Amino acid sequence: MNWKKFISTTIKPFLFFSVVLSTTQILHAETLGEPEKEELKFGFIKLTDMAPIAIAYENGYFEDEGLYVTIQAQANWKVLLNGVIDGTLDGAHMLAGQPIAATMGYGTKADIITPFSMDLNGNAITVSNSTWQKMRPNIPKMADGRPVHPIKADALKPVVEQLKAEGKPFKMGMVFPVSTHNYELRYWLAAGGIHPGFYAPHKGDTSGQIDAQALLSVTPPPQMPSTMEAGTIHGYCVGEPWNQQAVFKNIGVPVVTDYEIWKDNPEKVFGITAEFAKKYPNTTIRLTRALIRAAKWLDEKNNANRPAAVKILSQSNYVGADYEVIANSMTGTFEYEKGDKREVPDFNVFFRYNATYPYYSDAIWYLTQMRRWGQISSDKSDQWYKELARKVYRPDIYRKAAESLIADKVISANEFPNFATETGFKPPQKHFIDDIVYDGKQPNAYLEKFSIGLKQGQKL
Amino acid sequence: MRATTVNIASKTIAEQVVNTVKSSVIKVSDILMLPAIGISLFLFLWSITAQNIHTSLGEFPGPRAVITQFSALYEEHQVTREKAAAFYERQEKRNQAKLAKDPEYTPKIRAYTGKETFIDQIVTSLITVTCGFLVAAFLAIPMGIAMGLNRRFNLAINPIVQVFKPVSPLAWLPLVTMVVSALYVSDDPLVSKSFLTSMLTVTLCSLWPMLINTSMGVSAISSDLINVSKVLRLGTFTHIRKIVLPASVPMIFTGMRLSFGVAWMVLIAAEMLAQNPGLGKFVWDEFQNGSSDSLARIMAAVVVIGLIGFLLDRIMLFLQRQVSWDKSTANA
Repeated sequence: MNWKKFISTTIKPFLFFSVVLSTTQILHAETLGEPEKEELKFGFIKLTDMAPIAIAYENGYFEDEGLYVTIQAQANWKVLLNGVIDGTLDGAHMLAGQPIAATMGYGTKADIITPFSMDLNGNAITVSNSTWQKMRPNIPKMADGRPVHPIKADALKPVVEQLKAEGKPFKMGMVFPVSTHNYELRYWLAAGGIHPGFYAPHKGDTSGQIDAQALLSVTPPPQMPSTMEAGTIHGYCVGEPWNQQAVFKNIGVPVVTDYEIWKDNPEKVFGITAEFAKKYPNTTIRLTRALIRAAKWLDEKNNANRPAAVKILSQSNYVGADYEVIANSMTGTFEYEKGDKREVPDFNVFFRYNATYPYYSDAIWYLTQMRRWGQISSDKSDQWYKELARKVYRPDIYRKAAESLIADKVISANEFPNFATETGFKPPQKHFIDDIVYDGKQPNAYLEKFSIGLKQGQKL
Repeated sequence: MRATTVNIASKTIAEQVVNTVKSSVIKVSDILMLPAIGISLFLFLWSITAQNIHTSLGEFPGPRAVITQFSALYEEHQVTREKAAAFYERQEKRNQAKLAKDPEYTPKIRAYTGKETFIDQIVTSLITVTCGFLVAAFLAIPMGIAMGLNRRFNLAINPIVQVFKPVSPLAWLPLVTMVVSALYVSDDPLVSKSFLTSMLTVTLCSLWPMLINTSMGVSAISSDLINVSKVLRLGTFTHIRKIVLPASVPMIFTGMRLSFGVAWMVLIAAEMLAQNPGLGKFVWDEFQNGSSDSLARIMAAVVVIGLIGFLLDRIMLFLQRQVSWDKSTANA
């Protein structure tokens, strides 16, 4: 028998194991092994909030973890989700609603999880120039003649009614049926008394236009401005840079940002399959570490790194829009009407306010909106909402990544939530455009507060 | 008297020289001047109209903007190459460190993970189109010969050929994509799925012109030649090799030229729709970016696509002339 080989194959792992065991209590970082899968392919959609992935690549954070990542732009959200499900992509920049809907089985059924929330806010609603001209008289003005923000959909209602009287439909674009944009746009419209329409998947109706006063349809983000320019839609809700692009191209006016609809709302998440996380636990923790570091870099020193980030994003392989267009929203300002540039320091939040932590209450908010508009066709118990959120949102993985970063002294513990006491539920949130308070622990009670939307026991 | 004859003779010589010079000047001007005039007129008209078309992405790019983008694209290529070199260096170091920590570790060099440059995309497209075309030729030419030789076989196959011939690549693409992802499953694939999808789409579309031309060429062989073969009692394969192939080469090559043209057009469309690497994806990505340089970059790609298509056609023509015995058929 070849003793050398025997020792190296049998005894070494044993020795290694015992060493690891003895050091577990002392050093957390030591337990984080080498990544099981080193070559990874991540997908994204051309939007500024994909920044953490681009930064983790460009700043070498992925390489620091021993990960060799290829980043690839995807044509639309559906293609991206299918890529993650069939394994051509290992992970992707996803709409917060996508992993939830996939796990629930709305659309394509697949177990997608998220260990990392990519950002807060970052969307806006833009209307075409002609719609804006008709809306403008209905908006209260400040002393200098500029409109008072936030602009509510009340100002849009007469425009929609006038079109209806003329027998024309009022159409708006959003990016995906389970996108944050769809729910934000619906929330804003409904808060102003405009019915955005119900879904009835149990009857095969997934157009979301039952009883609608405003007809919403899907358009991929980069094509929003040209679709509005062509007159197919009167307005849209999308992420950056496609609202600022409308201002630069003189084809529309952003009227409200999602920060004003719901302050610090969760926007994109990083999605991977549950199978991937199970098969490659070290890789999952390591990629989460890299993304956390990237998010921190983006918000560091009061957004000091943002101009450098914008420069990277304007490269043609990432977002590819002009530097000025991306910089307009990424560097703490937002231009509404041409020339009406206002300070919105929190328009894009990547790390502050624990933006990267996957809160259960965020997942539940999206679930409540899915129920409100009929994508979830029948009543569910509060318990059901919480269990689904636990299945999709994985703060346990986030915690491991964060604790190893703390142990490595890369990021200090006070920049993370206090993991010992964190429940995953944010305290009741007040800052919605219609002043309705949201408590993630009571989804059914929350749904009762809306005047437009499905109520308990209601089924189309 | 004598002087006059000399005079006349010298005059005619001078005239002849003048004439030859004149005709060669005309020839040169025909070959060089006229295209030059055509191109400069085109460039002039292009820059005039470009200035008057205002899109939401700015002015339509004129020739100058496109040239600027060519150099910008080349610079990007250089920068990416430098980045790639740095990437390999870092990887080498990391592998060494890992090896020092764990002697069992087998270092692996991974390909650069950064973006593909314009030049990379051109190379990818060229490889894909050539492979797709070769596969199509490999299938279509033997099949076409069989169809040309056997009238019954031809009658049996012909309806299928006629139905599939006019199908657009974009209709095949979803089917090809799904079939490839279902059947081509491997942990360490030799070629990527996207390459296979584009290649097969190209094959499916460039099959038909070759098939039809080959079968027509073979069936149109003069009866004299066939009679010679019969008199000599040639076996089937000798018959094909000595009589059928040489006689139908002009037609086969005409089909191949047509096919290559179709293949190149199909490839760009397929890459664009399926987001497979290549020039088509480059055009689509730039369109999606909507930056102020996008249109000029797309125009640069259009010029390159046209030039490559033209070059491919010339190469096929050259090959045709080389192998064909009847030079008159190989016209541009």
